[in-house]
Amino acid sequence: MSSPAPQAQGLFDCRDAYVKTLEALGADDDRIVAVVNDSVGSSKLGGFRDKFPTRLINVGIAEQNMVGVGAGLANGGKIAFVSGASCFLTGRSLEQVKADCAYSQANVKLCGISSGVAYGELGPTHHSIEDVAWLRTMGDITVLVPADPWETEQAIRAAAAMDGPVFVRISRMGVPALPRPADAVFEIGKAEVLHQGNDAAIIANGTVVCRALEAAAELAAQGINARVINMASMSPIDEAAILEAAKTGAIVTAEEHSVRGGLGSAVAEIVSQNTPCRMKILGFAGFQPTGSAEFLMERAGLSASNIAASVRALVQG
Amino acid sequence: MSDAQERPSTSLAERAAPLAERAAPLAERAAHVRDMARWVRRRALRMVFEARQGHPGGDLSATDVLATLYFDAMRYDPANPRLPTRDRFILSKGHATGALYSTLAKAGYFPEEQLSTYMQPLSALNGHPNRNKIPGVETNTGPLGHGLPVAVGIAIAGQIDAADYRVFVITGDGELQEGSNWEAAMTAGHRKLSNLTLIVDRNRLQQGASTEDTVALDPLDAKWRAFGWDVVEVDGHDIEALLPLLDGSISRDRPLCIIANTVKGKGVSYMENKASWHHGVPNAEQFEQAMKELEA
Repeated sequence: MSSPAPQAQGLFDCRDAYVKTLEALGADDDRIVAVVNDSVGSSKLGGFRDKFPTRLINVGIAEQNMVGVGAGLANGGKIAFVSGASCFLTGRSLEQVKADCAYSQANVKLCGISSGVAYGELGPTHHSIEDVAWLRTMGDITVLVPADPWETEQAIRAAAAMDGPVFVRISRMGVPALPRPADAVFEIGKAEVLHQGNDAAIIANGTVVCRALEAAAELAAQGINARVINMASMSPIDEAAILEAAKTGAIVTAEEHSVRGGLGSAVAEIVSQNTPCRMKILGFAGFQPTGSAEFLMERAGLSASNIAASVRALVQG
Repeated sequence: MSDAQERPSTSLAERAAPLAERAAPLAERAAHVRDMARWVRRRALRMVFEARQGHPGGDLSATDVLATLYFDAMRYDPANPRLPTRDRFILSKGHATGALYSTLAKAGYFPEEQLSTYMQPLSALNGHPNRNKIPGVETNTGPLGHGLPVAVGIAIAGQIDAADYRVFVITGDGELQEGSNWEAAMTAGHRKLSNLTLIVDRNRLQQGASTEDTVALDPLDAKWRAFGWDVVEVDGHDIEALLPLLDGSISRDRPLCIIANTVKGKGVSYMENKASWHHGVPNAEQFEQAMKELEA
């Protein structure tokens, strides 16, 4: 990665929150196991392996087998956290995710690491901008897209606590800790309003939420009060929050994902059949060229300034 | 269930007893399994006949292995299908539900009458098994190459817990053309999963033609050995040969692959070794003839 280390800029790599949480859960509950595809390093699971050597199962470079093994471990009473680069965990193993996890309702937790365009320079084979679309169409698997370290920890804890298959999309792109009240609660199926406003709504998730907040600040200075909604829970999704957002008359969605089938599509599905309103869907239009993650985000219009411009265009248009 | 005395003992305590304490001699155990297998074959074929669809060829080739597992070798409690200590069975060739559902019903997991709903609208008895609708099913199969990886995961869980349950999985032979099997085979060999037994239903026919004419599997035994497995080749209809391989009486230090040489459509003369009966459905006359032949 060409960008500087996230922490140096006050930014966090959500993988760190993931593994710290998994280690804490593992210490309390010996049913917690981790399954990897030669991805101990990229999943940052070295610490988990050292603490619980028999509970780190490396199946080698074999993603279909990895997901099936995760489902089998669940059958044997384990809570398996199956971790691998999101592009392979979902794309390579999609039928195992469907049949062995979602349709079987296995108690498996799939953790897609380095999702979106985190592997920017490595090209579209390693980008994972289709994963949410693929998984949310199944319906029978919970899909979570946390936005910062706190929410990543909450998502992992919620995944471990529930009985059933979960996909957690974990970024490696640096993100700030989002401002939240001390009593904030994470709940599967519930959106989080991070900034109030009734002139328009920005619905975002994952690495884009911090950009949406910046956009809202810029818009506020211009007299436009945009609500910022963090939609970490993609499946189930908070329909009520979306319908409330539609009442503002203008929704901009922004996601580190394809514009086909992801957050924008999910919001449009609900809005179009209930309270149609103007919408702009920001994301990736298809396969992306090479370039750093930041470059690709900027190029696709996933910057605070372009999110703000998109809101202005809807509100003033 | 018409005759209770024909039902297998399913007391886990009894099944967990050392094998030496099993009173019945091998021939007697085999005779019991054969009775069950005859019942399963007839019931499976009736299911296919009534539903006007199904996979009778593969049902009939796998029946003797299934019957040996459920009516002698495995420990389970149909009243408590998710008991953590149970032996697990996965039908990876998930289309052979005629045989699987008949076996599960006979084993006591659900009433035999339910078999008449096979593939009817909204029936729990889908063409491929669903663990959330049918007690005794461990994982949903249908797409091929899924059962072995899941079985490997269960076996690893058992290994971590030092549990004494065993894990069985039946794959078709054509199914071994799916690469996911070989990923799982490597993991199982590497981890020396001695609690795992794979039975390959080696009827040498896939949907359209012989396996060897399609994409050859032989030498199949050498492939599994090379992946770190024990391999035994056996007549998959010889119950007396299957029993000691499946009942846990031989301890091992690695996973076991049983290449069960079987006959697709076994027991029905006009179906035997015919690829067209992979998912053929008998007419009334053919059904009557088949039921007569299967009485023997």
